[in-house]
Amino acid sequence: MQCERCGQRPATVFQTFIVNGHKQEHQLCEECAREHGAFEGFTPPGFSFPNLSIQQLLASFLGQESFGGSAQVMPPQVEPQCKNCGMTYSQFANSGRLGCAQCYDYLDAQMVPLIKRIQGTTVHTGKAPKRTGGLARKRQDLEGLKRQLQAAIRNENYEEAARVRDAIKNMESQIQAGGAGDAVE
Amino acid sequence: MPWNKLVSQPVSRWMEATGPLAEVVLSARIRLARNLGHLPFPHRMNGTQAEELIRQVEAGVKEVNLMGLGTKVDLYRLGAMPSLERQVLVDKHLISPQLAQEAGPGAVAVSEDEAISIMINEEDHLRIQCLAPGLQLQEAWRLASAVDDALEQKLDYAFHAQRGYLTACPTNVGTGLRASVMMHLPGLVLTQQAGQLFHSLSQLGLVVRGLYGEGTEAAGHIFQISNQTSLGKTEEEIIEHLESVCQKVIQAEKQARQHLWGEMKLQLEDRVGRAYGLLSSARIMTSEEAMKLLSDVRLGIGLGMFPKLNYRTMNELMVATQPAFLQKQAGQELNPLERDVRRAALVRSKLAA
Repeated sequence: MQCERCGQRPATVFQTFIVNGHKQEHQLCEECAREHGAFEGFTPPGFSFPNLSIQQLLASFLGQESFGGSAQVMPPQVEPQCKNCGMTYSQFANSGRLGCAQCYDYLDAQMVPLIKRIQGTTVHTGKAPKRTGGLARKRQDLEGLKRQLQAAIRNENYEEAARVRDAIKNMESQIQAGGAGDAVE
Repeated sequence: MPWNKLVSQPVSRWMEATGPLAEVVLSARIRLARNLGHLPFPHRMNGTQAEELIRQVEAGVKEVNLMGLGTKVDLYRLGAMPSLERQVLVDKHLISPQLAQEAGPGAVAVSEDEAISIMINEEDHLRIQCLAPGLQLQEAWRLASAVDDALEQKLDYAFHAQRGYLTACPTNVGTGLRASVMMHLPGLVLTQQAGQLFHSLSQLGLVVRGLYGEGTEAAGHIFQISNQTSLGKTEEEIIEHLESVCQKVIQAEKQARQHLWGEMKLQLEDRVGRAYGLLSSARIMTSEEAMKLLSDVRLGIGLGMFPKLNYRTMNELMVATQPAFLQKQAGQELNPLERDVRRAALVRSKLAA
């Protein structure tokens, strides 16, 4: 691909800007990108191109991710938002940083493909907190069971629903016990 | 330890140069990113929340001090400290440039031996960092993990069964681990193999940066190699992978040095000798020049050219010749020329000692 500005050198800098919810894309060569001043305000003083920080790279990454194929399915009025801190997906896309731990739950549908792209996977296999790690797993399991219950009711599978309901009760009482006797992982 | 001592002594544990493979590896570092579940991430916190976090970490630090580490950890609030002194901690690799700049609500807990530093209110609520001299990643990991466990007794970490430890930026999610090794690689640079090597490291899931982290230049042929991803592998797997690749890099660096020594001994001796001559005689020296020349002399030590010099002195000079440190030692702000004069004098006296 040639640089859209000089039309001579190959385009090596791909930029995606989101201005008032509209996507703008630029394909430039390194020289034109610099001349163009496209990086002013992006690059901290004293840093030379192309030392973009991880957040900035991520932000440009996210622009593509969120508007690439899903612009039609996700009009701005139903933009995903964290119900705990109010962080919207586009705010995250601009800054590269989430607002709080709950963002990972509320923006899960958007985060999963992104995390997969950055990390190559989405499932943690390492250390867990000794005191609260077991509890965290149980809370997550509880959420999973609640979803199973909804699905069972939707499918009118009442036998399954009763089984899941009992499992939920059991899990809730374990969580209420406050992690006492919680397995150390 | 008193704050003033922390910002006045140039030697940290990682500079001891007692670790394995000290001729190539300066230090190994483990960093764990941790956040608390009930507070917004630092960039969305208000002053009250930032203060609440610091108080909670203070309680966690008490637990760390009960571990019997043989070193005491003290917490310092950075907002009240002069920017020059905060910069000294950056030069000593105890805090990041980011925390030094946005120090308002920031704090750091540092152990007396300076092997442990816990940054508070940086990009994440906590960044637990352990530094060890030489290629001692496993040792640094064991220490960092133990400190993490002690802190967790008082802190409710944000942890997700699937995503692991939750971080402000999804590039750190999962283990929250960044393991890195700081290496001196003049042989690979001089034989023009560094670029090729760094390219292949990126294909192995590793990142190469300059001395002071993200976006900094590789001053004095010193590079940091670290893991790129933090999710999906266990901490041990990440560390073992980094360590085995670093072993290969060290081998390549040693071969490059041998090659230079074999093929261009005279030129190499000349280069190192000139560097030593300048360092021991110059009256005005910029920080950039000092880094470059110290790198050459460090290479000379490895080649056995300076029996009386050691790596510890080189590490100490690397920190002590930085602008912030010089000014702290002088007890006043200095203009660039004054700094260059003091730097030259410091280097001369250290080499003569």
